[in-house]
Amino acid sequence: MKIIRSMVLVSADDESLARGAQDVFHAFLEEIDEFGLSDQITVTTIRDAGMHGEKPTVIVYPDAAVYGPVTVEDVHTIVEEHLHKGNIVPGLLAMMREMAPEIGWMRGRRGALPVQKRIVLERAGVVNPASIEDYILYDGYQALGKALTKMTPAEVIAEVEKSGLQGRGGAGFPTGRKWSFVAATPGSPKYVICNADESEPGTFKDRLIIEGDPFSIIEAMTIAGYAINAHEGFIYIRGEYPLAYKRIEHAIAEAEKHGMLGEHIFGTDFSFHIHPHAGAGAYICGEETALIESLEGKRGMPRARPPYPTTYGLYGKPTVVNNVETLASMPAIIRNGAMWYREVGSPKSTGTKVYTILGNVNFTGVIEAPMGITLREVIDIYGKGMKNDKALKLVQTGGSSGTIVPASLQDTPLDFDAFRNAGVSLGSGALLVCDEDTCVVDLAKVILRFFRNECCGKCTPCRIGTLRLYEIISQISEGRGSLDDFDLMQKISEAMSEVSNCGLGQTAATALRDILKYFRAEVEAHIVDHVCPTGVCPIKELAAVA
Amino acid sequence: MKKIQSLEDLKKFREQIIEEKRRKASAGKVELIVTLGSCGIAAGALDVLQAVKAQVKADHLDGAVVSETGCIGLCHHEPILEVVIGDQPKVTYGRVTVDAVKRIVREHVLDGKVVEDYVIDATPFPTI
Amino acid sequence: MEPEVKDLDIASLVTKVMDELGSTRDAVIPILSEINRALGYIPAAALPEIRRHIQAQQKQEGVFVADSHLYSAASFYQMFSLEPLGRHVIRFCESAPCHVEGGREVFDTLQRELGLQPGETSADRKWSLLTTSCIGVCSVGPVFLVDDDLYGNVTPERVPEILAKYQ
Repeated sequence: MKIIRSMVLVSADDESLARGAQDVFHAFLEEIDEFGLSDQITVTTIRDAGMHGEKPTVIVYPDAAVYGPVTVEDVHTIVEEHLHKGNIVPGLLAMMREMAPEIGWMRGRRGALPVQKRIVLERAGVVNPASIEDYILYDGYQALGKALTKMTPAEVIAEVEKSGLQGRGGAGFPTGRKWSFVAATPGSPKYVICNADESEPGTFKDRLIIEGDPFSIIEAMTIAGYAINAHEGFIYIRGEYPLAYKRIEHAIAEAEKHGMLGEHIFGTDFSFHIHPHAGAGAYICGEETALIESLEGKRGMPRARPPYPTTYGLYGKPTVVNNVETLASMPAIIRNGAMWYREVGSPKSTGTKVYTILGNVNFTGVIEAPMGITLREVIDIYGKGMKNDKALKLVQTGGSSGTIVPASLQDTPLDFDAFRNAGVSLGSGALLVCDEDTCVVDLAKVILRFFRNECCGKCTPCRIGTLRLYEIISQISEGRGSLDDFDLMQKISEAMSEVSNCGLGQTAATALRDILKYFRAEVEAHIVDHVCPTGVCPIKELAAVA
Repeated sequence: MKKIQSLEDLKKFREQIIEEKRRKASAGKVELIVTLGSCGIAAGALDVLQAVKAQVKADHLDGAVVSETGCIGLCHHEPILEVVIGDQPKVTYGRVTVDAVKRIVREHVLDGKVVEDYVIDATPFPTI
Repeated sequence: MEPEVKDLDIASLVTKVMDELGSTRDAVIPILSEINRALGYIPAAALPEIRRHIQAQQKQEGVFVADSHLYSAASFYQMFSLEPLGRHVIRFCESAPCHVEGGREVFDTLQRELGLQPGETSADRKWSLLTTSCIGVCSVGPVFLVDDDLYGNVTPERVPEILAKYQ
């Protein structure tokens, strides 16, 4: 199996081809072979890189260096200096005047490696999760000590606001602002809730954090409690994560034993208690108001909002609800300061993001990288390329409620801003990589079946919409669809996203919407020709029976 | 257990821990670490843990510590076994089978020869 | 159907569980979880028992809990069963990541080997075959649970071998 270290992308639009892109491409292959680097570097073509007047353009990953115009004579230098020795060749870099928007972000990224940066996962997989000694050895509880003994609650909140940390649960709301809302809301008691009901298919970063580094969550919740003047916290862990529950339970007991939780923490007057709570299997409980309902012992159905939990949360009291990954970023921010954190990631999306890489790649797993790396980098560098050398067809980002990114858009940087502009959700950080053998109708069917099962049934558009969409897509997958279904599916998805009560209904049809947008022809083949181009859907069997 | 009362206490406690670690490392302490996250367990890490414990017992490695850690993010390679001998760098083995455990203990821990067949050719949370 | 567990046993179990977890409304889900774990399902007779405990405890505060409230919680969560299941319960992950990683073939094999459709329990009450939403170990998919044992990287070939471990 090939371990890919670097990638060379050669622009291959008409203009580039006219100016010798093909020769440049072949020159790269030869030179790379000459240096014995063929098994570490891939050379591919991309369409227009948008560098008018700088064609052919060559982009080298992971450095994201853009060269152009590149001639056959330049190739030797680029390969020797950049790919062999690792130095970007400044003299050959393209002028950055006219870049296509999809690579405009590279300006800021030039020369910066998308290496993993571990803030959230700094201890997971390094320490023994049962040992508070290990946690303290790796800088644990320094943040809490600093906050409690050297900072006022207002200073803690200000530091978090300054860091630019955005919630990592999916919505990306600024964490500091959320804390300040709760701190400013009258009413007592106040509560801190850690949302560990991580149910988005393909997402398991929170499980990894809790299983590998449970003390960090407890420390962060205690800091949050101090900041908003709360004395009780709840961790809602989904029922499917018994190991995470066990480790949190143990960590709470250990922390209490060492005076890091309970009464008079760090010898101060501040006290804080944490109660773990196990869910019982409901995707919807990841929605914060449904989670609160469930904590109160009811069906996990979302409340109408506003009021938001910041004013009317658990038992009607002001409540902070933070995701596990958000909280896990907290100790490092307090320990090292907001400015240190801001240096990581892109200016508008600070810090790192944990991604889970799944599906048809060679290496599945978890990475933590600065905001702003691209899907291509994730797949080729961290995922070590596509399994069985198949071609990439699409990536679903952010779990089942996330968007579908076709292969042609794989150079979009992964950060909240760029993604929002491209109409893509970063969501929970799950990246489900699908190869050419994936049938989009079959995929949509699996995703819609999930939402049909997980819909809580409270509001009509979601309850009926998820069922109807599943029925329609099932019919299409069996070769019994009609072209009118396109309009119908469009209408239902729009209605669901506009008038559903909560995020589940609003996003349930996201994947379907994108599939209809990018892969309409493939869906049509099922309807018109009664053919599933990838041979996945059960059309044939039915035809044989008929 | 005396409770930690101040940042000063925390610092002292941490220094004790470091001292303890250093003592163990210089004594050539053998540590065998199995990554026990749920994904590891699904891939058979509990069997590996059993096998490691059994092998340590069978070979009378009385000073060796068998411990656990969380998932290191290389889920593709699960089950994973890490071997630390004294102050030598950590060696990470992937796709470890029950049979591989015996080889790793015999060849690496006892004879000091790293078992190349199972070494993961990527660092945990790979950086490039 | 014949009740699997006698009402008397249910009452004493509920008392035991609620002594431990508290008799408040917000303890309802942990209580139901515990009963589900102990018996393999939540018998209908358990709900009025739970209600009586909560009401006795909270009479002064005038808390009103009806059986229907408890039933609405018990019927909502996927990990609860309101019917007795087989001795071994298989929960197969049917979410998209496992599906993309080859889950369909594994599920077909499971159904064939057991002779069961999703949701069914075998006549000898040995097996129940259920599906579940993502259980968060997608990186080693396809994945299924047999009782509390988690199996990852499953291939159709490994299915008979795994099933054979259970009596």
